[in-house]
Amino acid sequence: MSSGDVITERSIPRPRKVVITGISGRFGRIVARRLHHELGWQIVGLDRRPMSGRPKDIELHQVDLRSKKARDVFRAGDVDALVHLGVMHDPRARPAEIYSWNITGTTKLLEYCQAYRVPKVVLLSSSNVYGPRPDNPQFLTEDAPLLAAQRFPEMRDLVEIDHMFSTFLWRARETETVILRPVHMVGPVHNAPSNYLRIPRPPVLLGFDPMVQLVHVDDVANAVALALAPGRRGIYNITGPGELPLSAILDELHREPRSIPHPLAKPVLSLAFALGISSFPVAELDFIRYVCMVDGRRAAAELGFRPRHGLRETIRAVDDPV
Amino acid sequence: MGLVDRLRQLRAKVPQDDLAGRTQALVVHGNEFGFDPFGLSKANLKYAITVARWLYRNYFRAQAFGIENVPGTGRVILVSNHSGQLPFDGLVIGAACFLEPPQPRLVRAMVEFFVPTVPFASYLFSRWGQITGTPENCRRLLAAEEAVLVFPEGARGISKPFSKRYQLADFGKGFMRLALETGAPIVPVAVIGAEEQAPAVNLKSVAKLFGMPSMPIVPYPPFVAPLPLPVKYRVYFGEPMTFTGDPDDDLDEQVKTVKHRIESMIHVGLREREHVFW
Repeated sequence: MSSGDVITERSIPRPRKVVITGISGRFGRIVARRLHHELGWQIVGLDRRPMSGRPKDIELHQVDLRSKKARDVFRAGDVDALVHLGVMHDPRARPAEIYSWNITGTTKLLEYCQAYRVPKVVLLSSSNVYGPRPDNPQFLTEDAPLLAAQRFPEMRDLVEIDHMFSTFLWRARETETVILRPVHMVGPVHNAPSNYLRIPRPPVLLGFDPMVQLVHVDDVANAVALALAPGRRGIYNITGPGELPLSAILDELHREPRSIPHPLAKPVLSLAFALGISSFPVAELDFIRYVCMVDGRRAAAELGFRPRHGLRETIRAVDDPV
Repeated sequence: MGLVDRLRQLRAKVPQDDLAGRTQALVVHGNEFGFDPFGLSKANLKYAITVARWLYRNYFRAQAFGIENVPGTGRVILVSNHSGQLPFDGLVIGAACFLEPPQPRLVRAMVEFFVPTVPFASYLFSRWGQITGTPENCRRLLAAEEAVLVFPEGARGISKPFSKRYQLADFGKGFMRLALETGAPIVPVAVIGAEEQAPAVNLKSVAKLFGMPSMPIVPYPPFVAPLPLPVKYRVYFGEPMTFTGDPDDDLDEQVKTVKHRIESMIHVGLREREHVFW
Protein backbone atom coordinates (compact mmCIF):
# COMPACT_ATOMS: atom_id res chain seq x y z
CA MET A 1 0.00 0.00 0.00
CA SER A 2 1.13 3.53 -0.57
CA SER A 3 1.07 6.15 2.14
CA GLY A 4 -1.08 8.22 -0.23
CA ASP A 5 -4.11 6.07 0.67
CA VAL A 6 -3.64 6.91 4.32
CA ILE A 7 -3.77 10.65 3.83
CA THR A 8 -7.01 10.57 1.84
CA GLU A 9 -8.69 8.34 4.41
CA ARG A 10 -7.81 10.79 7.14
CA SER A 11 -9.40 13.71 5.33
CA ILE A 12 -12.95 12.37 5.74
CA PRO A 13 -14.78 14.82 8.08
CA ARG A 14 -16.47 12.57 10.69
CA PRO A 15 -14.05 10.02 12.08
CA ARG A 16 -15.28 6.68 10.88
CA LYS A 17 -16.32 4.28 13.59
CA VAL A 18 -15.05 0.71 13.70
CA VAL A 19 -16.09 -1.99 16.13
CA ILE A 20 -13.26 -4.37 16.94
CA THR A 21 -14.03 -7.64 18.70
CA GLY A 22 -11.25 -9.23 20.69
CA ILE A 23 -9.59 -5.84 21.06
CA SER A 24 -8.01 -6.67 24.40
CA GLY A 25 -5.78 -9.34 22.91
CA ARG A 26 -2.32 -8.34 21.83
CA PHE A 27 -3.19 -8.42 18.16
CA GLY A 28 -6.41 -6.52 18.87
CA ARG A 29 -4.39 -3.76 20.45
CA ILE A 30 -1.98 -3.65 17.51
CA VAL A 31 -4.90 -3.30 15.07
CA ALA A 32 -6.62 -0.69 17.25
CA ARG A 33 -3.43 1.35 17.50
CA ARG A 34 -2.88 1.21 13.75
CA LEU A 35 -6.46 2.19 12.86
CA HIS A 36 -6.74 4.83 15.55
CA HIS A 37 -3.39 6.61 15.54
CA GLU A 38 -2.40 6.23 11.92
CA LEU A 39 -5.73 6.22 10.12
CA GLY A 40 -7.88 8.28 12.48
CA TRP A 41 -10.68 5.78 13.01
CA GLN A 42 -12.91 6.03 16.04
CA ILE A 43 -12.50 2.73 17.86
CA VAL A 44 -15.12 0.80 19.79
CA GLY A 45 -13.83 -2.36 21.41
CA LEU A 46 -15.90 -5.43 22.23
CA ASP A 47 -14.22 -7.90 24.55
CA ARG A 48 -14.99 -9.75 27.75
CA ARG A 49 -11.49 -9.01 29.00
CA PRO A 50 -10.29 -5.64 30.27
CA MET A 51 -7.86 -3.79 28.03
CA SER A 52 -4.75 -2.81 29.90
CA GLY A 53 -3.22 0.56 29.04
CA ARG A 54 -6.30 1.60 27.06
CA PRO A 55 -6.08 5.15 25.67
CA LYS A 56 -8.97 7.33 26.85
CA ASP A 57 -10.32 7.87 23.37
CA ILE A 58 -10.78 4.15 22.76
CA GLU A 59 -14.21 3.02 23.91
CA LEU A 60 -14.37 -0.48 25.39
CA HIS A 61 -17.50 -2.48 26.08
CA GLN A 62 -16.70 -5.39 28.33
CA VAL A 63 -19.61 -7.53 27.22
CA ASP A 64 -20.34 -10.96 25.84
CA LEU A 65 -20.97 -10.93 22.07
CA ARG A 66 -24.11 -12.95 22.68
CA SER A 67 -25.61 -10.42 25.11
CA LYS A 68 -28.06 -7.60 24.45
CA LYS A 69 -25.43 -5.09 25.43
CA ALA A 70 -23.36 -6.05 22.43
CA ARG A 71 -26.34 -5.26 20.22
CA ASP A 72 -26.60 -1.81 21.76
CA VAL A 73 -23.18 -0.95 20.38
CA PHE A 74 -24.62 -1.22 16.87
CA ARG A 75 -28.08 0.22 17.55
CA ALA A 76 -27.26 3.86 16.95
CA GLY A 77 -26.59 2.87 13.35
CA ASP A 78 -23.37 4.87 13.13
CA VAL A 79 -20.96 1.94 12.90
CA ASP A 80 -18.98 2.11 9.67
CA ALA A 81 -17.16 -1.19 10.00
CA LEU A 82 -16.76 -4.33 12.05
CA VAL A 83 -13.42 -6.06 12.46
CA HIS A 84 -13.97 -9.51 13.94
CA LEU A 85 -10.82 -10.69 15.67
CA GLY A 86 -12.63 -12.33 18.56
CA VAL A 87 -12.44 -15.93 17.38
CA MET A 88 -11.56 -17.84 20.50
CA HIS A 89 -9.01 -20.59 20.30
CA ASP A 90 -7.91 -21.92 23.65
CA PRO A 91 -6.83 -25.54 23.83
CA ARG A 92 -7.36 -25.54 27.58
CA ALA A 93 -10.94 -24.20 27.64
CA ARG A 94 -14.08 -26.34 27.46
CA PRO A 95 -14.87 -27.05 23.79
CA ALA A 96 -18.63 -26.53 24.27
CA GLU A 97 -18.09 -23.08 25.76
CA ILE A 98 -15.70 -22.09 22.96
CA TYR A 99 -18.10 -23.38 20.36
CA SER A 100 -21.00 -21.42 21.75
CA TRP A 101 -18.90 -18.25 22.08
CA ASN A 102 -17.54 -18.52 18.58
CA ILE A 103 -20.55 -19.68 16.62
CA THR A 104 -23.38 -18.01 18.50
CA GLY A 105 -21.30 -14.88 18.97
CA THR A 106 -20.48 -14.62 15.27
CA THR A 107 -24.07 -15.31 14.24
CA LYS A 108 -25.22 -12.47 16.47
CA LEU A 109 -22.56 -10.11 15.18
CA LEU A 110 -23.58 -10.71 11.58
CA GLU A 111 -27.23 -10.22 12.56
CA TYR A 112 -26.42 -6.82 14.10
CA CYS A 113 -24.40 -5.84 11.03
CA GLN A 114 -27.28 -6.65 8.72
CA ALA A 115 -29.98 -5.11 10.95
CA TYR A 116 -28.09 -1.85 11.46
CA ARG A 117 -26.59 -1.67 7.95
CA VAL A 118 -22.91 -1.80 8.74
CA PRO A 119 -21.31 -1.20 5.34
CA LYS A 120 -18.10 -3.18 5.96
CA VAL A 121 -17.24 -6.34 7.87
CA VAL A 122 -13.77 -7.86 8.07
CA LEU A 123 -13.03 -11.31 9.47
CA LEU A 124 -9.59 -12.34 10.55
CA SER A 125 -9.64 -16.01 9.63
CA SER A 126 -6.48 -18.03 8.99
CA SER A 127 -4.93 -20.00 6.18
CA ASN A 128 -5.00 -22.93 8.60
CA VAL A 129 -8.62 -23.43 7.52
CA TYR A 130 -7.36 -25.25 4.41
CA GLY A 131 -5.63 -27.81 6.61
CA PRO A 132 -2.17 -29.34 6.27
CA ARG A 133 -2.40 -32.37 4.00
CA PRO A 134 0.11 -34.53 2.15
CA ASP A 135 -1.66 -33.99 -1.17
CA ASN A 136 -1.94 -30.22 -0.84
CA PRO A 137 -0.55 -28.28 -3.75
CA GLN A 138 2.41 -26.20 -2.62
CA PHE A 139 0.31 -23.02 -2.72
CA LEU A 140 -3.44 -23.10 -2.08
CA THR A 141 -5.62 -20.43 -3.60
CA GLU A 142 -8.71 -18.89 -2.01
CA ASP A 143 -10.93 -21.33 -3.93
CA ALA A 144 -9.45 -24.40 -2.23
CA PRO A 145 -11.87 -26.30 0.01
CA LEU A 146 -11.56 -25.71 3.77
CA LEU A 147 -10.60 -29.17 4.89
CA ALA A 148 -8.94 -28.45 8.23
CA ALA A 149 -11.90 -29.61 10.29
CA GLN A 150 -11.77 -33.03 8.67
CA ARG A 151 -8.72 -34.01 10.70
CA PHE A 152 -8.88 -31.58 13.62
CA PRO A 153 -12.21 -31.05 15.33
CA GLU A 154 -10.48 -28.16 17.12
CA MET A 155 -10.34 -26.25 13.85
CA ARG A 156 -14.07 -26.68 13.31
CA ASP A 157 -15.07 -23.34 14.84
CA LEU A 158 -12.76 -21.31 12.67
CA VAL A 159 -13.80 -23.16 9.51
CA GLU A 160 -17.44 -22.66 10.40
CA ILE A 161 -16.98 -18.95 11.09
CA ASP A 162 -15.12 -18.58 7.81
CA HIS A 163 -18.05 -20.27 6.03
CA MET A 164 -20.53 -18.01 7.85
CA PHE A 165 -18.70 -14.96 6.57
CA SER A 166 -18.46 -16.33 3.01
CA THR A 167 -22.21 -16.88 3.07
CA PHE A 168 -22.65 -13.37 4.39
CA LEU A 169 -20.43 -12.09 1.58
CA TRP A 170 -23.00 -13.33 -0.94
CA ARG A 171 -26.16 -12.83 1.11
CA ALA A 172 -25.70 -9.29 2.40
CA ARG A 173 -24.89 -7.52 -0.84
CA GLU A 174 -25.09 -4.00 0.69
CA THR A 175 -22.30 -4.91 3.07
CA GLU A 176 -18.73 -5.28 1.85
CA THR A 177 -17.43 -8.44 3.45
CA VAL A 178 -13.73 -9.21 3.54
CA ILE A 179 -12.25 -12.46 4.81
CA LEU A 180 -8.53 -12.39 5.50
CA ARG A 181 -6.73 -15.71 5.73
CA PRO A 182 -3.21 -14.88 6.89
CA VAL A 183 -0.51 -17.50 7.16
CA HIS A 184 1.06 -18.17 10.60
CA MET A 185 1.13 -14.78 12.31
CA VAL A 186 4.22 -14.14 14.39
CA GLY A 187 5.36 -11.32 16.59
CA PRO A 188 4.79 -10.08 20.12
CA VAL A 189 1.49 -11.96 20.45
CA HIS A 190 0.28 -15.11 22.18
CA ASN A 191 -0.91 -17.35 19.36
CA ALA A 192 -0.06 -20.95 18.51
CA PRO A 193 2.74 -20.33 15.97
CA SER A 194 4.47 -17.61 18.02
CA ASN A 195 4.19 -19.65 21.21
CA TYR A 196 5.57 -22.71 19.44
CA LEU A 197 8.52 -20.80 17.99
CA ARG A 198 9.32 -19.39 21.44
CA ILE A 199 9.82 -22.85 22.97
CA PRO A 200 13.60 -23.24 23.52
CA ARG A 201 13.49 -26.94 22.61
CA PRO A 202 10.38 -27.31 20.44
CA PRO A 203 9.12 -30.74 19.43
CA VAL A 204 9.53 -31.61 15.76
CA LEU A 205 8.65 -34.79 13.91
CA LEU A 206 11.57 -37.01 12.94
CA GLY A 207 11.94 -37.03 9.17
CA PHE A 208 9.50 -34.20 8.52
CA ASP A 209 10.42 -30.63 7.76
CA PRO A 210 7.61 -28.90 5.89
CA MET A 211 7.87 -25.57 4.17
CA VAL A 212 6.22 -22.91 6.30
CA GLN A 213 5.02 -19.35 5.70
CA LEU A 214 5.12 -16.71 8.40
CA VAL A 215 3.80 -13.17 8.39
CA HIS A 216 4.54 -10.37 10.83
CA VAL A 217 1.54 -9.31 12.94
CA ASP A 218 2.11 -5.67 11.94
CA ASP A 219 1.76 -6.66 8.30
CA VAL A 220 -1.55 -8.39 9.07
CA ALA A 221 -2.73 -5.25 10.88
CA ASN A 222 -1.86 -3.41 7.70
CA ALA A 223 -3.90 -5.92 5.69
CA VAL A 224 -6.88 -5.22 7.99
CA ALA A 225 -6.47 -1.50 7.32
CA LEU A 226 -6.37 -2.14 3.56
CA ALA A 227 -9.48 -4.33 3.78
CA LEU A 228 -11.37 -1.45 5.41
CA ALA A 229 -10.91 0.79 2.39
CA PRO A 230 -14.20 1.29 0.53
CA GLY A 231 -14.90 -0.92 -2.46
CA ARG A 232 -12.92 -3.92 -1.26
CA ARG A 233 -14.74 -7.18 -0.75
CA GLY A 234 -13.80 -10.81 -1.07
CA ILE A 235 -11.59 -13.51 0.35
CA TYR A 236 -7.85 -12.96 0.56
CA ASN A 237 -4.92 -15.10 1.59
CA ILE A 238 -2.35 -12.93 3.33
CA THR A 239 1.21 -14.12 2.89
CA GLY A 240 4.44 -12.91 4.38
CA PRO A 241 7.86 -12.37 2.88
CA GLY A 242 8.52 -15.95 1.77
CA GLU A 243 8.64 -19.65 2.48
CA LEU A 244 11.16 -21.60 4.54
CA PRO A 245 11.54 -25.09 5.93
CA LEU A 246 10.56 -25.25 9.60
CA SER A 247 14.14 -26.28 10.45
CA ALA A 248 15.61 -23.13 8.89
CA ILE A 249 13.26 -20.98 10.98
CA LEU A 250 14.22 -22.83 14.17
CA ASP A 251 17.92 -22.45 13.21
CA GLU A 252 17.52 -18.74 12.70
CA LEU A 253 16.03 -18.51 16.21
CA HIS A 254 18.80 -20.75 17.66
CA ARG A 255 16.28 -23.26 18.93
CA GLU A 256 17.25 -26.85 19.67
CA PRO A 257 14.42 -28.96 18.31
CA ARG A 258 13.67 -32.36 19.79
CA SER A 259 12.82 -34.92 17.14
CA ILE A 260 10.04 -37.33 17.97
CA PRO A 261 9.15 -40.23 15.64
CA HIS A 262 5.68 -39.40 14.36
CA PRO A 263 3.94 -42.59 15.58
CA LEU A 264 5.06 -41.68 19.13
CA ALA A 265 4.37 -37.97 18.90
CA LYS A 266 0.65 -38.14 19.50
CA PRO A 267 0.71 -40.21 22.71
CA VAL A 268 3.81 -38.45 24.08
CA LEU A 269 2.52 -34.95 23.46
CA SER A 270 -1.01 -35.80 24.65
CA LEU A 271 0.47 -36.98 27.93
CA ALA A 272 2.70 -33.93 28.23
CA PHE A 273 -0.28 -31.71 27.49
CA ALA A 274 -2.45 -33.46 30.09
CA LEU A 275 0.31 -33.10 32.69
CA GLY A 276 0.75 -29.46 31.84
CA ILE A 277 4.40 -29.95 30.78
CA SER A 278 3.78 -28.86 27.22
CA SER A 279 1.17 -26.56 25.78
CA PHE A 280 1.54 -27.93 22.27
CA PRO A 281 -1.94 -28.84 21.03
CA VAL A 282 -1.73 -32.38 19.67
CA ALA A 283 -4.31 -31.66 17.02
CA GLU A 284 -1.89 -29.25 15.41
CA LEU A 285 0.86 -31.83 14.88
CA ASP A 286 0.09 -32.02 11.18
CA PHE A 287 1.10 -28.38 10.85
CA ILE A 288 4.69 -29.44 11.55
CA ARG A 289 4.31 -32.46 9.27
CA TYR A 290 2.63 -31.44 6.02
CA VAL A 291 2.52 -28.27 3.95
CA CYS A 292 -0.32 -25.82 4.29
CA MET A 293 0.93 -22.86 2.29
CA VAL A 294 -1.12 -20.36 0.37
CA ASP A 295 -0.91 -18.18 -2.69
CA GLY A 296 -1.11 -14.50 -1.75
CA ARG A 297 -1.28 -13.05 -5.26
CA ARG A 298 -4.93 -12.03 -5.03
CA ALA A 299 -4.33 -9.84 -1.96
CA ALA A 300 -1.33 -8.28 -3.70
CA ALA A 301 -3.33 -7.51 -6.84
CA GLU A 302 -6.66 -6.44 -5.36
CA LEU A 303 -5.84 -5.10 -1.89
CA GLY A 304 -2.40 -3.83 -2.82
CA PHE A 305 -0.99 -5.75 0.12
CA ARG A 306 2.80 -6.18 0.44
CA PRO A 307 4.51 -7.37 3.61
CA ARG A 308 6.83 -4.67 4.91
CA HIS A 309 8.88 -6.96 7.09
CA GLY A 310 11.57 -9.13 5.53
CA LEU A 311 11.99 -12.85 6.11
CA ARG A 312 14.64 -12.62 8.82
CA GLU A 313 12.90 -9.73 10.53
CA THR A 314 9.59 -11.60 10.56
CA ILE A 315 11.14 -14.72 12.08
CA ARG A 316 12.97 -12.75 14.76
CA ALA A 317 9.78 -10.88 15.68
CA VAL A 318 8.71 -13.87 17.83
CA ASP A 319 11.45 -12.91 20.27
CA ASP A 320 10.24 -9.30 20.54
CA PRO A 321 9.13 -8.58 24.11
CA VAL A 322 5.45 -9.45 24.40
CA MET B 1 34.82 -59.66 -25.05
CA GLY B 2 35.39 -61.42 -21.73
CA LEU B 3 33.87 -60.30 -18.49
CA VAL B 4 37.24 -59.17 -17.07
CA ASP B 5 37.90 -57.00 -20.13
CA ARG B 6 34.43 -55.54 -19.87
CA LEU B 7 34.99 -54.59 -16.25
CA ARG B 8 38.44 -53.12 -16.95
CA GLN B 9 36.99 -51.09 -19.78
CA LEU B 10 34.27 -49.78 -17.47
CA ARG B 11 36.75 -48.46 -14.93
CA ALA B 12 38.64 -46.45 -17.52
CA LYS B 13 35.59 -44.90 -19.13
CA VAL B 14 34.02 -43.00 -16.23
CA PRO B 15 34.17 -39.28 -17.13
CA GLN B 16 35.00 -36.63 -14.58
CA ASP B 17 32.33 -34.10 -13.66
CA ASP B 18 32.71 -30.66 -12.15
CA LEU B 19 29.85 -31.10 -9.69
CA ALA B 20 30.56 -27.93 -7.73
CA GLY B 21 30.75 -25.84 -10.89
CA ARG B 22 27.60 -27.37 -12.30
CA THR B 23 25.70 -26.85 -9.05
CA GLN B 24 26.88 -23.25 -9.10
CA ALA B 25 25.62 -22.81 -12.66
CA LEU B 26 22.19 -24.20 -11.82
CA VAL B 27 19.40 -21.65 -11.92
CA VAL B 28 17.49 -21.76 -8.60
CA HIS B 29 14.96 -19.08 -7.69
CA GLY B 30 15.95 -19.09 -4.01
CA ASN B 31 15.24 -16.56 -1.28
CA GLU B 32 17.83 -15.04 1.09
CA PHE B 33 18.06 -18.41 2.88
CA GLY B 34 18.64 -20.25 -0.40
CA PHE B 35 15.29 -22.04 -0.58
CA ASP B 36 12.98 -21.84 -3.55
CA PRO B 37 9.19 -21.82 -2.98
CA PHE B 38 9.09 -25.61 -3.26
CA GLY B 39 11.85 -26.17 -0.73
CA LEU B 40 14.73 -26.77 -3.12
CA SER B 41 18.13 -25.69 -1.84
CA LYS B 42 21.48 -25.91 -3.58
CA ALA B 43 23.16 -26.62 -0.24
CA ASN B 44 21.16 -29.84 0.13
CA LEU B 45 21.35 -30.70 -3.53
CA LYS B 46 25.09 -31.33 -3.55
CA TYR B 47 24.81 -34.51 -1.45
CA ALA B 48 22.08 -35.89 -3.67
CA ILE B 49 24.06 -35.03 -6.77
CA THR B 50 27.17 -36.84 -5.54
CA VAL B 51 25.14 -40.03 -5.07
CA ALA B 52 23.18 -39.54 -8.27
CA ARG B 53 26.39 -39.04 -10.25
CA TRP B 54 27.86 -42.25 -8.86
CA LEU B 55 24.73 -44.19 -9.77
CA TYR B 56 24.59 -42.56 -13.19
CA ARG B 57 28.26 -42.92 -14.13
CA ASN B 58 29.45 -45.98 -12.20
CA TYR B 59 26.53 -48.17 -11.30
CA PHE B 60 24.23 -47.80 -14.29
CA ARG B 61 26.98 -46.53 -16.68
CA ALA B 62 24.27 -44.46 -18.29
CA GLN B 63 24.45 -43.04 -21.78
CA ALA B 64 22.35 -40.09 -22.86
CA PHE B 65 21.40 -39.51 -26.49
CA GLY B 66 19.89 -36.32 -27.88
CA ILE B 67 20.51 -34.25 -24.76
CA GLU B 68 20.60 -31.20 -27.06
CA ASN B 69 16.83 -31.66 -27.40
CA VAL B 70 16.43 -30.52 -23.79
CA PRO B 71 16.32 -26.71 -24.00
CA GLY B 72 18.87 -24.98 -21.76
CA THR B 73 16.31 -22.50 -20.49
CA GLY B 74 12.57 -22.03 -20.55
CA ARG B 75 9.60 -24.16 -19.65
CA VAL B 76 9.56 -27.76 -20.85
CA ILE B 77 7.78 -30.98 -19.97
CA LEU B 78 9.81 -34.18 -20.18
CA VAL B 79 7.55 -37.17 -20.71
CA SER B 80 9.05 -40.62 -20.17
CA ASN B 81 8.24 -44.28 -19.87
CA HIS B 82 8.27 -45.50 -16.27
CA SER B 83 9.38 -48.84 -14.90
CA GLY B 84 11.64 -50.70 -12.53
CA GLN B 85 9.69 -50.85 -9.22
CA LEU B 86 11.78 -47.99 -7.79
CA PRO B 87 12.05 -44.65 -9.60
CA PHE B 88 15.72 -44.85 -10.59
CA ASP B 89 14.62 -43.89 -14.11
CA GLY B 90 13.67 -40.48 -12.73
CA LEU B 91 17.06 -40.20 -11.05
CA VAL B 92 18.90 -41.12 -14.25
CA ILE B 93 16.93 -38.64 -16.38
CA GLY B 94 17.59 -35.95 -13.76
CA ALA B 95 21.30 -36.79 -13.60
CA ALA B 96 21.57 -36.74 -17.40
CA CYS B 97 20.03 -33.26 -17.59
CA PHE B 98 22.34 -32.09 -14.84
CA LEU B 99 25.59 -33.70 -16.03
CA GLU B 100 25.44 -33.85 -19.83
CA PRO B 101 24.35 -30.50 -21.34
CA PRO B 102 26.58 -27.41 -21.38
CA GLN B 103 24.08 -25.57 -19.14
CA PRO B 104 22.99 -27.91 -16.31
CA ARG B 105 19.28 -28.14 -15.81
CA LEU B 106 17.43 -29.29 -12.73
CA VAL B 107 14.56 -31.54 -13.67
CA ARG B 108 11.64 -31.46 -11.29
CA ALA B 109 9.77 -34.74 -11.20
CA MET B 110 6.19 -35.08 -10.09
CA VAL B 111 6.18 -37.52 -7.18
CA GLU B 112 3.34 -39.61 -5.80
CA PHE B 113 1.06 -38.24 -3.08
CA PHE B 114 2.22 -40.80 -0.53
CA VAL B 115 5.79 -39.47 -0.55
CA PRO B 116 5.01 -36.53 1.76
CA THR B 117 3.78 -39.02 4.37
CA VAL B 118 7.07 -40.96 4.43
CA PRO B 119 9.60 -39.76 7.02
CA PHE B 120 12.78 -38.24 5.50
CA ALA B 121 11.60 -38.77 1.91
CA SER B 122 8.96 -36.18 2.75
CA TYR B 123 11.43 -33.34 2.99
CA LEU B 124 14.50 -34.70 1.18
CA PHE B 125 12.58 -35.01 -2.08
CA SER B 126 11.52 -31.40 -1.75
CA ARG B 127 15.07 -30.20 -0.90
CA TRP B 128 16.21 -31.90 -4.10
CA GLY B 129 13.60 -30.14 -6.16
CA GLN B 130 11.09 -32.95 -6.53
CA ILE B 131 7.49 -31.95 -6.05
CA THR B 132 4.12 -33.44 -5.17
CA GLY B 133 2.43 -34.22 -8.46
CA THR B 134 -0.53 -31.87 -8.44
CA PRO B 135 -1.47 -29.99 -11.62
CA GLU B 136 -1.28 -26.68 -9.70
CA ASN B 137 2.35 -27.34 -8.76
CA CYS B 138 3.21 -28.26 -12.32
CA ARG B 139 1.52 -25.15 -13.69
CA ARG B 140 3.36 -22.95 -11.23
CA LEU B 141 6.76 -24.44 -12.10
CA LEU B 142 6.16 -24.14 -15.83
CA ALA B 143 5.13 -20.52 -15.33
CA ALA B 144 8.50 -20.07 -13.59
CA GLU B 145 10.20 -21.50 -16.73
CA GLU B 146 11.30 -24.74 -15.08
CA ALA B 147 11.73 -28.24 -16.50
CA VAL B 148 9.16 -30.73 -15.27
CA LEU B 149 9.39 -34.51 -15.60
CA VAL B 150 6.17 -36.47 -15.90
CA PHE B 151 5.63 -40.22 -16.04
CA PRO B 152 2.15 -40.50 -17.54
CA GLU B 153 2.08 -44.23 -16.82
CA GLY B 154 2.37 -43.44 -13.10
CA ALA B 155 2.10 -46.36 -10.70
CA ARG B 156 0.85 -48.59 -13.52
CA GLY B 157 4.23 -48.17 -15.18
CA ILE B 158 6.63 -48.48 -12.28
CA SER B 159 5.03 -51.64 -10.92
CA LYS B 160 4.75 -53.49 -14.22
CA PRO B 161 6.01 -57.07 -14.19
CA PHE B 162 9.01 -58.29 -16.21
CA SER B 163 6.71 -59.89 -18.79
CA LYS B 164 5.32 -56.46 -19.70
CA ARG B 165 8.74 -54.78 -20.14
CA TYR B 166 8.90 -52.04 -22.78
CA GLN B 167 5.15 -52.21 -23.26
CA LEU B 168 3.75 -48.85 -22.32
CA ALA B 169 0.86 -48.86 -19.88
CA ASP B 170 -2.04 -46.43 -20.33
CA PHE B 171 -0.99 -42.80 -20.37
CA GLY B 172 -2.68 -40.24 -18.15
CA LYS B 173 -3.74 -37.08 -19.98
CA GLY B 174 -2.73 -34.50 -17.37
CA PHE B 175 0.60 -33.69 -19.01
CA MET B 176 -1.07 -32.83 -22.32
CA ARG B 177 -3.59 -30.55 -20.63
CA LEU B 178 -0.71 -28.74 -18.91
CA ALA B 179 1.26 -28.49 -22.15
CA LEU B 180 -1.70 -26.90 -23.89
CA GLU B 181 -2.44 -24.55 -21.00
CA THR B 182 1.12 -23.36 -20.55
CA GLY B 183 2.39 -23.65 -24.12
CA ALA B 184 5.33 -25.71 -22.87
CA PRO B 185 7.01 -28.00 -25.41
CA ILE B 186 7.06 -31.73 -24.67
CA VAL B 187 10.38 -33.57 -24.90
CA PRO B 188 9.66 -37.30 -25.24
CA VAL B 189 12.10 -39.49 -23.32
CA ALA B 190 12.72 -43.22 -23.71
CA VAL B 191 14.58 -44.98 -20.93
CA ILE B 192 16.17 -48.31 -21.86
CA GLY B 193 17.46 -50.49 -19.06
CA ALA B 194 15.17 -49.58 -16.19
CA GLU B 195 12.63 -52.11 -17.32
CA GLU B 196 15.09 -54.91 -16.51
CA GLN B 197 16.54 -53.45 -13.28
CA ALA B 198 14.09 -55.31 -11.03
CA PRO B 199 12.56 -58.21 -12.98
CA ALA B 200 9.36 -58.72 -11.03
CA VAL B 201 6.36 -60.95 -11.19
CA ASN B 202 3.02 -59.59 -10.17
CA LEU B 203 1.36 -61.57 -7.36
CA LYS B 204 -2.20 -60.65 -8.20
CA SER B 205 -3.78 -62.63 -5.37
CA VAL B 206 -1.58 -60.96 -2.73
CA ALA B 207 -2.27 -57.56 -4.25
CA LYS B 208 -5.99 -58.25 -4.07
CA LEU B 209 -5.66 -59.36 -0.46
CA PHE B 210 -4.06 -56.05 0.57
CA GLY B 211 -6.20 -53.97 -1.77
CA MET B 212 -3.17 -52.77 -3.70
CA PRO B 213 -3.11 -52.14 -7.45
CA SER B 214 -0.26 -54.63 -7.90
CA MET B 215 2.19 -56.65 -5.84
CA PRO B 216 5.51 -56.88 -7.68
CA ILE B 217 7.93 -59.45 -6.26
CA VAL B 218 11.50 -59.98 -7.50
CA PRO B 219 12.79 -63.58 -7.52
CA TYR B 220 15.79 -62.80 -5.26
CA PRO B 221 16.16 -61.52 -1.67
CA PRO B 222 14.81 -59.31 -0.23
CA PHE B 223 12.06 -59.79 -2.84
CA VAL B 224 10.70 -56.25 -2.80
CA ALA B 225 13.39 -54.60 -4.95
CA PRO B 226 15.14 -52.06 -2.73
CA LEU B 227 18.22 -52.25 -4.98
CA PRO B 228 18.14 -52.46 -8.73
CA LEU B 229 20.37 -54.77 -10.78
CA PRO B 230 23.37 -52.98 -12.36
CA VAL B 231 21.74 -52.77 -15.78
CA LYS B 232 23.09 -50.33 -18.34
CA TYR B 233 20.85 -47.31 -18.84
CA ARG B 234 20.37 -45.67 -22.21
CA VAL B 235 18.31 -42.51 -22.19
CA TYR B 236 16.99 -41.09 -25.45
CA PHE B 237 15.74 -37.50 -25.54
CA GLY B 238 13.55 -36.87 -28.58
CA GLU B 239 12.94 -33.66 -30.45
CA PRO B 240 10.59 -31.24 -28.66
CA MET B 241 6.95 -31.54 -29.71
CA THR B 242 4.59 -28.58 -29.48
CA PHE B 243 0.84 -28.88 -29.40
CA THR B 244 -1.93 -26.36 -29.76
CA GLY B 245 -5.58 -26.74 -28.93
CA ASP B 246 -8.17 -26.46 -26.22
CA PRO B 247 -7.00 -28.09 -22.96
CA ASP B 248 -10.60 -29.09 -22.22
CA ASP B 249 -10.95 -31.17 -25.38
CA ASP B 250 -10.69 -34.91 -25.38
CA LEU B 251 -6.92 -35.17 -25.68
CA ASP B 252 -6.68 -38.83 -26.77
CA GLU B 253 -5.14 -38.08 -30.16
CA GLN B 254 -2.40 -35.77 -28.89
CA VAL B 255 -1.56 -38.14 -26.02
CA LYS B 256 -1.39 -41.02 -28.48
CA THR B 257 1.03 -39.05 -30.67
CA VAL B 258 3.43 -38.64 -27.74
CA LYS B 259 2.99 -42.26 -26.71
CA HIS B 260 3.77 -43.49 -30.22
CA ARG B 261 6.85 -41.28 -30.38
CA ILE B 262 8.14 -42.74 -27.13
CA GLU B 263 7.31 -46.26 -28.34
CA SER B 264 9.31 -45.79 -31.53
CA MET B 265 12.22 -44.33 -29.56
CA ILE B 266 12.11 -47.39 -27.31
CA HIS B 267 12.26 -49.66 -30.37
CA VAL B 268 15.29 -47.82 -31.73
CA GLY B 269 16.94 -48.00 -28.32
CA LEU B 270 16.31 -51.72 -27.97
CA ARG B 271 17.70 -52.35 -31.47
CA GLU B 272 20.82 -50.34 -30.76
CA ARG B 273 21.80 -51.99 -27.51
CA GLU B 274 23.99 -55.08 -27.46
CA HIS B 275 23.23 -56.31 -23.98
CA VAL B 276 21.13 -55.57 -20.92
CA PHE B 277 24.20 -55.12 -18.72
CA TRP B 278 26.79 -53.74 -21.15
